[in-house]
Formats: sequence, structure tokens, C-alpha cells
Amino acid sequence: MATRMVKPWLALNRENALRLPGHLGIFQLANDAGEIVYIGCADARTRFGLREVVTQALDEDIAGASQFRTESTMAYHSRVRELLQIHLHDHGILPGTNTGLDASRLGRIRPG
Amino acid sequence: MDLSLSDEQRIIVDMVRRYVRDEIIPLEANLDPDADELPTEDMARLTALTRDMGLYGLDTPPEYGGPDIDVVTRSLIAIEASQHRAGLYVPCYTTFGGARQAQMFEATDAQKERYLYPMLRGELRTFFGLSEPSGGSDPARAIQTRAIREGDEWVLNGTKLWISGADRADYGLVFARTGAPGRGGVTCFIVETQWTGFDVTRVVHTLRSAKYATEIHLDNVRVPHGNILGKEGGGFAIANDRLSRQRIPYAAECLGVAIKAHEMALEYVPQRETFGAPLSTRQGIQWMLVENEIDIRSMRWLVLDAAARADRGEPFRTESAIAKLQCAELSFKVVDRCMQMHGGLGVAKDLPLERWFREMRIRRIGEGPSEVQKHVIARDLLGAALR
Repeated sequence: MATRMVKPWLALNRENALRLPGHLGIFQLANDAGEIVYIGCADARTRFGLREVVTQALDEDIAGASQFRTESTMAYHSRVRELLQIHLHDHGILPGTNTGLDASRLGRIRPG
Repeated sequence: MDLSLSDEQRIIVDMVRRYVRDEIIPLEANLDPDADELPTEDMARLTALTRDMGLYGLDTPPEYGGPDIDVVTRSLIAIEASQHRAGLYVPCYTTFGGARQAQMFEATDAQKERYLYPMLRGELRTFFGLSEPSGGSDPARAIQTRAIREGDEWVLNGTKLWISGADRADYGLVFARTGAPGRGGVTCFIVETQWTGFDVTRVVHTLRSAKYATEIHLDNVRVPHGNILGKEGGGFAIANDRLSRQRIPYAAECLGVAIKAHEMALEYVPQRETFGAPLSTRQGIQWMLVENEIDIRSMRWLVLDAAARADRGEPFRTESAIAKLQCAELSFKVVDRCMQMHGGLGVAKDLPLERWFREMRIRRIGEGPSEVQKHVIARDLLGAALR
């Protein structure tokens, strides 16, 4: 199983968001340059899983977000933490919109 | 054996039961069903509460500031503290102080200053690095991580797998082969996670979304000779001691979840009607409840018997292996029956049963699979003949 997410980006628009399944899982938002601006998950408190959280991101107009990609997984807690740690390893900081997280307590994965 | 509780034990059990009911379960209602952490402010408030209860640092010896409780009382607390959604792997979200590396109490004074006391103060976090891709149930033979001495240092190379918390730890206990194959060739090292060559390379995703495991690569990690815990070649005894001791509360946590699941079923089946009558009137349902009750009573006997033997200073390896084996196997069956009685609701995330079912499946493997427990029991029955 790949640790990094390598799926192609989709344009962040209502049509694509509404086409998403209601599954639980994780998602990334990126700007036009493909730089990740947010990593999040659709947990079991959502009513419509990934469709709901990506639609919500669209409505909230998250700074710079123009693309997204998703991954359906029941292991959304461990997967989102893994992706945040990988971003921290690759860039030294968390995505700009992942505020409220203490990077020093997140963990230190160093993928090969 | 007298299973009645002392007055003090009864007070403690009631206190923990109220704590779970009044503090943990209401908070849990607002968390994701797979959550394993509380918000920081709740964690601080509840930790202060468990300190006031005199129960913070459950597995810390009294001379280091922990509560002075025996193994039976510790098991009774484990049975109560696990009776909520996250309770199997994070009883009360670690507000009682979380798991400690008990082996560190055997450290040298210098090691205690640098590693143990900061851990007890909550300043440093740890991991336990025993299992490898080659196996975890038979560490004496499976460990392939090598440590070679160079002057006053040891150079470690190898891979560890299924290691919980390594990505967030400051240091850990890493077991490596320093000598010939077998028990006497394994040494335990205290390894700091920021040292060059120590890398947590991935999260291992399993049935359990929270409290995940990781994989560690050790690439020429240089460890001072002074960071050997115990004696050179004494690592197996350290690892084995942990495995034996942890089996009793581990079993008790399985029992606690089984009790809670059974209570939910007992409450549900008289209310739920099918074909014009409550489920509780169906013989098929009644028999499932009876099987649950028998399993729970037998688990309780086994847990408390093992704990009482430990408290009396008697050998308890066989008893703790039996308790671990039976509690992991029977609790899985109890939760499965309760899911069956709840129908579709049983497999939905609306109820904790589906999380318990996933996590209970892991309990039949973690801390020594059921088959290894049988091996331990058979070895004790037959003496050294099976070695």
C-alpha cells in the first residue's frame, strides 16, 4: 500500500463533489500549482461522508483550494494522520489550512 | 476462592463506574466513533479528576507516585474502565495515566533520571519495540535486528513492525540480537527517536483505525553502552516479564467490554418486537443470552484467579495465559452474539458493537495469539518437554 497519495487531482467544483460516494475516507485540497492546502477526513459523524466534506470545503471557499482528491477508507483516523506526517516530513510544515494542530505532537514518519 | 469484594474494592469499583458513566460516555457521544483521544481541555480536566480519585498512574508503583493497589483491584478497575466505546484499547482515554513501560522501573539511576522520571511526569513518550517482520510471538528466535558493539557504543540495524506509538514517542525499548540465536542472545536498548538512523517509515493500517501500529527502520543507529536496559543478553527476560504481567489487565479489559455488550443486549431484546412478540421471548435469543452469561462468569473467575495468585506471590504464568486466551476468545463470541441480537443496528457505527467487534478480533492476536497462549499452558503442564 502506497503511503503517499498519488491519485490524479479533480477540479473542485459542485459537479465533481456531488459525484463523490458517501463513504468514509480522507481527502486533500490543493491550489492550482498542486500544493496541498488542506488534508482532512470524512469521519463517521458525517451524514454523507466524502461527498459532504468536499461539498462543505467548496462552500467554505478554503483559501487557494481549486483541486481535490479522495480515498475511501475505514481507517480514516490512521490514514489522515499518516498523510499529515508525510506532508510535515516533505515540507517542514503542515498544510496552511490545517490550523489548530500541534505539529510537534503529530508524529514523525519519514517515508522512504 | 472468595470472589466477594472488600469494602475498599467496592468503593473503587463504584467510583470508576460512576466516572465512566458520568464523565466518559457523555463526552464520547460527541466524538467520532473511532476516536482515541479527548480534546486537550477535557483531558486536563479528567486527569485532574483521576488524581483527586487517587487513581492516577495505575501501573506506576507506589514508590514512584502511583496508587497502592493490588493486581485484583487493578483488574477490577480494568473491567470497569473498559466499558465504553473506546474502552478496549484506550480505557477512559488514558485519563488514568496511560500505559507505562514497566521495565523502566528496573533502569539504572542515570537511566531513570534521563528517561523514567520525565515519562512519569508526562514529558516524554515511549514505545515498546519487540516484534519484527519475522514474527512477534517467539521473540527469542524471531529477532533479527542486530546490535554490534563498537567501542563504547552499539550499532543497531534492522526493522521493527507492529510498534504502537513509535511515531509520537521520544524514546523506546528496542530489542536486538547481540549474541547467538536463542534467549540469551537478545539485549534491550533504550533508543531515542531523534537519533540518526532511526526512522518510522509508515503507519500500518489495520481493523483498528485509532491507536495504529507503525514500522521502524534502524539504519546504523548508534546507542551508548549505558543505554542497555538490564544486562547484555538479558532482553528476553525483560520482554517476557512484560508479556506475562500484562496478560491479566489485558484479559480484564476484554471482559469489561463483554459485560457492557451483554448489558446492551439484555436491555434491547425485551424492547425489540418481531412477528408480534419481543425478541426476548424467542428461545434462540434466550440461548444467546445464556451463553453470554456463562462466558462472562467463567471469564471473571479466570481473571480474578490469575490476579489473586499474582497478589499472593504464587506463580501465575499459566493462569494469566488461560485468562488471556479465554477472555480474548469468549469476549469475541459475546460481542458477536450481541451484534446478532441487535440485527442491522449491531453492525452500524451508531452503536459501539461494531468497533468492539473489530478490535476484539485483534485481541485474539495481540499480546500473544491464542495459539501461543495454548503453547505456554501446554509447556507449563508438560514441563520442559516441549521446548
